[in-house]
Amino acid sequence: MVDAAQDQVNFVPPAEVEEVELYHPKSWITKYVFSQDAKVIAIQYSFTAIAIGLVALVLSWLMRLQLGFPETFSFIEAEDYYQFITMHGMIMVIYLLTALFLGGFGNYLIPLMLGARDMVFPYVNMLSYWVYLLAVLVLVASFFVPGGPTGAGWTLYPPQAILSGTPGSDGGIILMLVSLALFIVGFTMGGLNYVVTVLQARTRGMTLMRMPLTIWGIFMATVLALLAFPALFVGAVMMTLDRILGTSFFMPAIVQFGEQMEYGGGSPILFQHLFWFFGHPEVYIVALPAFGIVSDLISVHARRHIFGYRLMVWAIVIIGALSFIVWAHHMYVSGMNPWFGFFFATTTLIIAVPTAIKVYNWVLTLWRADIHLTLPMLFALAFIVAFVNGGITGLFLGNVVVDVPLSDTMFVVAHFHMVMGVAPILVIFGAIYHWYPKMTGRMLNVPMGHFHFWVTFLGSYAIFLPLHYLGFLGVPRRYYEMGDTSFIPDSAQDLNAFVSVIALVVGLAQLVFLFNIGWSMVKGKKSGPNPWRATTLEWQTPETPPGHGNFGEALPVVYRWAYAYGLPGAKEDFVPQNLPPDQVMAEGGEDLGAPAAQPAE
Amino acid sequence: MIVAVMLLLVTAGTVIFHFMSPWWWTPIASNWGYIDDTIIITFWITGVVFVAVMLFMAYCVLRFRHRAGQRSEYEPENKKLEWWLTIITGIGVAGMLIPGLFVWNQFVTVPPGAAEIEVMAQQWQWSFRLPGKDGELGTSNALLINGDNPFGLNPDDPNGRDDVLIEADDLHLRLDVPVKVSLRSLDVLHDFYVPEFRAKMDMVPGMVTYFWLTPIRTGTFDILCFELCGVGHHDMRGNVVVDDAAAYEKWLQEQETFAQTMARAAPPMGQETDIALKADQAVARTSPQD
Repeated sequence: MVDAAQDQVNFVPPAEVEEVELYHPKSWITKYVFSQDAKVIAIQYSFTAIAIGLVALVLSWLMRLQLGFPETFSFIEAEDYYQFITMHGMIMVIYLLTALFLGGFGNYLIPLMLGARDMVFPYVNMLSYWVYLLAVLVLVASFFVPGGPTGAGWTLYPPQAILSGTPGSDGGIILMLVSLALFIVGFTMGGLNYVVTVLQARTRGMTLMRMPLTIWGIFMATVLALLAFPALFVGAVMMTLDRILGTSFFMPAIVQFGEQMEYGGGSPILFQHLFWFFGHPEVYIVALPAFGIVSDLISVHARRHIFGYRLMVWAIVIIGALSFIVWAHHMYVSGMNPWFGFFFATTTLIIAVPTAIKVYNWVLTLWRADIHLTLPMLFALAFIVAFVNGGITGLFLGNVVVDVPLSDTMFVVAHFHMVMGVAPILVIFGAIYHWYPKMTGRMLNVPMGHFHFWVTFLGSYAIFLPLHYLGFLGVPRRYYEMGDTSFIPDSAQDLNAFVSVIALVVGLAQLVFLFNIGWSMVKGKKSGPNPWRATTLEWQTPETPPGHGNFGEALPVVYRWAYAYGLPGAKEDFVPQNLPPDQVMAEGGEDLGAPAAQPAE
Repeated sequence: MIVAVMLLLVTAGTVIFHFMSPWWWTPIASNWGYIDDTIIITFWITGVVFVAVMLFMAYCVLRFRHRAGQRSEYEPENKKLEWWLTIITGIGVAGMLIPGLFVWNQFVTVPPGAAEIEVMAQQWQWSFRLPGKDGELGTSNALLINGDNPFGLNPDDPNGRDDVLIEADDLHLRLDVPVKVSLRSLDVLHDFYVPEFRAKMDMVPGMVTYFWLTPIRTGTFDILCFELCGVGHHDMRGNVVVDDAAAYEKWLQEQETFAQTMARAAPPMGQETDIALKADQAVARTSPQD
């Protein structure tokens, strides 16, 4: 089947448009603070996301302290607990994962991997970060208003979210909604940039079907986000109006604590539809970049082409499209018309097929490969474990009738943490170990990395695997304490204590990782331009870290796909995308990789 | 070597934990054993896939680990293999979906002749209403709720007059009788769930939702609120007692109807404003004379 790869070899179309003049910074401020360089913006996004992510980590410790040792910590009241879970969830999903994958990795990798000098709209790109930072600051401010941040759960379901029985219904919920709206504004600026850059600024020869899967994942995720976030935006605006002006978009006639309220005629379920029309694609907004990045990590470190590249691309596209018609599987027991269950269960289980294909192709890439068990590879393998585990429990929850007993139990908590918490974060770690040498010119320390890897992987698996079984038992999520419940044995409390201790340990291990990031920047081994011997363009830059404009005098020309590893007869076991065809073959090697130029189709 | 062994240990640990787990679902007390069966089918199909992927990965890590001079094999695609994997996955997915939808169809189809009861939620307590002798629940409206009429029943609706109202007490259900549970909330979202029954549904202010079940064993079970409803969410508890027919009738005799509570709430003299009396007249007007 060698010919399948050969349509990805050698063809280079003529240049269609002239290069655009780059913005050149004139001062330290415009170079490093109000920077228009995507690489600087990427690092700003990443540090902000990780900083707010550390807040979420501390919140998770606090909630685990309460769950593991109830009635021990007098400073954690029920109000506090519900605020912790809400802010932890919202920060992790939106302000950490979305921002880090798209704003961080997207900004850094899109221009570099596509052979572009920068994003096509650098000024808007800069604004995108500063609006994101403002959104984060508003979010943080909500911790300091009277009543504290909202404790409505990260789903913010009305009527509860804006009524007095919920913590943070004074200022907290308003700041939450404002912050979300700001985030979406900021993201939209960045997102349009990413999409247009991918479609318009690829270098000569970088056809869509030669793009690394990292870019395919980030590109498709951005498209999803641009289509999905508006639903959340209008939901947030409408709820703000309900809260401040007393409109009744989501508010029916309500009697709270014996008092008739002024609301009437609205629909709480309408909000849930808006929320999940955003919320389900959001899962893939996080997952698709992880899918793409992990494909590249596996391929580079197994020294083998990704198996079934074209199917991998189509799987990303199909998953993205299907993700817009599965949202109500979060609402099987919401009280919506139960007949919707047939449709949404069917679409949801269909989405398992392209997802399973991706898993098969990752592990088939390892077949007859030359596997280097580097840190990025270890994290990629761990990702597959966590993702397969979390993916199959999705088949339980997606199958409408199975969801009935399991919904809102700890099974759901365990499922989504495994599949969109642990799995993507393992990819983020792998990606940082992989690209850190390009960003700094130095390698991360390996022994520290091994410690970080094993504690994080085994620890997080040990945290979330047993929680599924508490869900089977019927332990609900979002419970401050279980109190006396006849069907819950004492052993469940022992398990919770165990999980809490592991959670503290795994959290602390992240300090080693943060230390490694700082320490290696000074003391790390020099990496050279291409330490992993990878084919993609970011490793072929003349400077490491890449300078302003990325590629020096001339942009690279791309002759082949991103996965020419182990090409028979080639000099090296990898052939960079921009290596001219006449330099590929070893002396006397079979002239397999350099057929005459041919059209892509 | 270490990595392959760890992958094997994680796989073995997962399987062993699954079979040895002391935490498993509660003994079922309703007809929804079908749901448990569907979960078991799902466990086997997905479990086999999980173990197969893990073992394959561990084997590759062991067998194809880098050695000096080793190069990977170049085979970018294999259409036949990819098709087979897609088809087998499709069959596996259908094997879970078809039984699932079959059971869902039963879940949403209330059998004719099922008894009807109402569960009403508010922050943070449960109330219950039974239809009384006529077998029908009276209509209700949140706007009618006040201290004397906590359920917001329509006093002019004859069906509501004999409704049995239960506040701050246990709900009783009759063994082996199918029951449609209508669900209502006064303030925010709640969810009525008894783990032994396996069936749950959110309660949404402004609308009436439902599910149905047939209790299959007697006993007292915990009711938990399963949709976050504010700071008291975890304290929103209750009990449901499944009785045999004799015990159920005895319990039912001790409960008060809507007419009785209204009569008790009404002032003793002011007959013109006595809602219960008006309701009595309404019944007299609309009841068949024989």
